[in-house]
Amino acid sequence: MSGISQQPAEPWKPNLQVDIGGLTLRNPVMPASGTFGYGEEYAELVELGKIGAIVTKGLSLKPKTGNPTPRIAETPAGMLNAVGLQNVGIDCFVRDKLPFLRSVDTPVIANFFGNTLEEYGEVAKKLSDVPEVAAAELNISCPNVKQGGIVFGTDPRAASEVISLVRKNYSKPLIVKLTPNITDITVVARAAVEAGADALSCINTLTGMSIDVRSRSPRLANVTGGLSGPAIRPVAVRMVYQVAQAVSVPIIGIGGIVEVEDAIEFLIAGATAVQVGSANFVNPGTMGHLVDGLEAFCIEEKIRDIRELIGSLRI
Amino acid sequence: MKDIQTTVVENQEISSGYFRMKILAPEFGRMVKPGQFVMVKVRQLNDPFLRRPFCVFRIGFLPPESDGLPPREYLELVFKVVGRGTEILATLKTGDRIAILGPLGNGFDLDSIGEDLLLVAGGIGVAPLYMLGEACAKKKKVRLLLGGRTRDDILAVTDFERLGIETYVSTDDGTLGEKGLVTEVLAQTLADGAPSAVAVCGPMAMISVVQTICRKQQVPLQVSLEALMACGVGACLGCMVKGAGHSEAEPRLLTVCKNGPVFRDVDIDWAQFA
Ligand SMILES: Cc1cc2nc3c(=O)[nH]c(=O)nc-3n(C[C@H](O)[C@H](O)[C@H](O)COP(=O)(O)OP(=O)(O)OC[C@H]3O[C@@H](n4cnc5c(N)ncnc54)[C@H](O)[C@@H]3O)c2cc1C
Ligand SMILES: Cc1cc2nc3c(=O)[nH]c(=O)nc-3n(C[C@H](O)[C@H](O)[C@H](O)COP(=O)(O)O)c2cc1C
Ligand code: FES
Repeated sequence: MSGISQQPAEPWKPNLQVDIGGLTLRNPVMPASGTFGYGEEYAELVELGKIGAIVTKGLSLKPKTGNPTPRIAETPAGMLNAVGLQNVGIDCFVRDKLPFLRSVDTPVIANFFGNTLEEYGEVAKKLSDVPEVAAAELNISCPNVKQGGIVFGTDPRAASEVISLVRKNYSKPLIVKLTPNITDITVVARAAVEAGADALSCINTLTGMSIDVRSRSPRLANVTGGLSGPAIRPVAVRMVYQVAQAVSVPIIGIGGIVEVEDAIEFLIAGATAVQVGSANFVNPGTMGHLVDGLEAFCIEEKIRDIRELIGSLRI
Repeated sequence: MKDIQTTVVENQEISSGYFRMKILAPEFGRMVKPGQFVMVKVRQLNDPFLRRPFCVFRIGFLPPESDGLPPREYLELVFKVVGRGTEILATLKTGDRIAILGPLGNGFDLDSIGEDLLLVAGGIGVAPLYMLGEACAKKKKVRLLLGGRTRDDILAVTDFERLGIETYVSTDDGTLGEKGLVTEVLAQTLADGAPSAVAVCGPMAMISVVQTICRKQQVPLQVSLEALMACGVGACLGCMVKGAGHSEAEPRLLTVCKNGPVFRDVDIDWAQFA
């Protein structure tokens, strides 16, 4: 026997808790808007109390019927969707969907949008009156129907205007979700933070298109749609990295996350938390798997606090 | 509803381009109602990305692995190779891994069927009808009209006959059974006396004709519809159909995956398929 006594290693658990602009999450894993319904749809398959937050389908002032079908098309390692932001509307959400979410011990983040500046303001006001909504995620990837359909999120001035208005009407943590369909995402990222965003979500879907060559018709009735899934991950990681260099608010990384390594990649690029989108459709167990995997990775790498990973890129 | 990683028990080509696959599904089979479906991940890679929807054709039991253990449940799919996902599915062999999510959707409404059920299937459309026939065959009169373009498209006849279901086959080219369209056989059958209910699955063009015929004769009809699906659980809103009376002002949008895939014909806006 050697003289050195082997002390059994103290079992320890890394801290997975993170802070998103004033909202504390038990871990950095949550669903991406529009891929998890209003939470209830996945209640039989996902342990909702285990994930960091529940993010709702995008809500608008009035119910919205969305686009004609077909609305989805599979593409290499991903999918296109042109659901067209179909949702039940903010009032119905509060009346019919919130009671279920109240029964779950996980913070609710309400994703929302408007067709006009005024609508954005109205929804923000309504959301601020709902105590169960812990934070709001503002989707600025929508066309302004009053101004020739220019997408708010592609113009720093329009983005700034809509965020400032929402900020006035909403005092809880405000996350602004950026569109990748722009030349330099850091321009709008900076404008968003100056206008009052507490955190940024990157990225929404990339505009894409797919054609059936026999019929020569687009696969989506809407002709174009939003690309998501593993196919977009490298673009999303690059954008999170760029935004992290440009601003100092927390970033939520989104785009093609399937495996634990994918989530870690976003954290290293500069994200404080991640959202899982299309992967929920394919494997409803993805988020639970990520939470366990992040913990296991931290233990393996002797990382006591997951925040050590954020922006830890070595170049 | 469950999401299970399991194995293929058997995969057999039963006719040119058509396969029957048995999948081990412990404590899963007994949850399935006639007309429900599962979402299948054909392989554990990111490409093809999405799961594929398939009806549960039949539930069966394998002998126990050893004495004292319960018999092992499996579910059986019948599928047609039409694209990349089904091509991969066709290559799976006994013992290969596969993931299934389900059972999903509403299934047929058994309570409103009455005493005389007529099943109408076009090709692979037989898939959801076997379990319905099985659930009804003991207590009711059940008949099946089975149509296809050619003899290769006529599937599972002996399975239905074994249940005591009278089966009438027709093919467009006359290579098996009567020559002609299954909808023509339906029109004739209804002229001889209306059943208490009709259940149909098949290509949309055929379903539409069946709907027109049944409406005219006022026979209650249940249809099993298809739609492109990403999630299968009502979350993505990809698979919508317009319900009867839908308008922009008063929207009635239904998910095929959750509100369906089986609908009473009176609940659907048929103009959208015209
Ligand atoms: C509720 C339901 C039950 C079904 N049951 C059966 C069954 O029991 N047996 C059977 O052979 N087929 C069934 N289908 C159709 C089956 O899902 C498609 O044939 C299959 O998804 C084709 O996949 P693919 O990759 O081979 O074809 P591809 O054309 O390469 O698929 C591309 C994409 O389109 C989708 N897609 C293509 N055709 C259809 C279709 N007809 N319906 C829905 N999605 C489609 C695929 O899922 C995939 O996302 C069912 C469909 C639905 C909606
Ligand atoms: C079917 C579908 C619906 C979506 N709906 C919304 C929405 O309502 N609001 C929103 O901000 N993003 C929406 N998104 C975008 C996702 O939240 C996410 O940003 C995108 O899918 C990229 O992540 P992923 O690659 O992990 O899917 C939707 C995506 C999909 C696939
Ligand atoms: S397939 Fe997603 S809602 Fe029906």
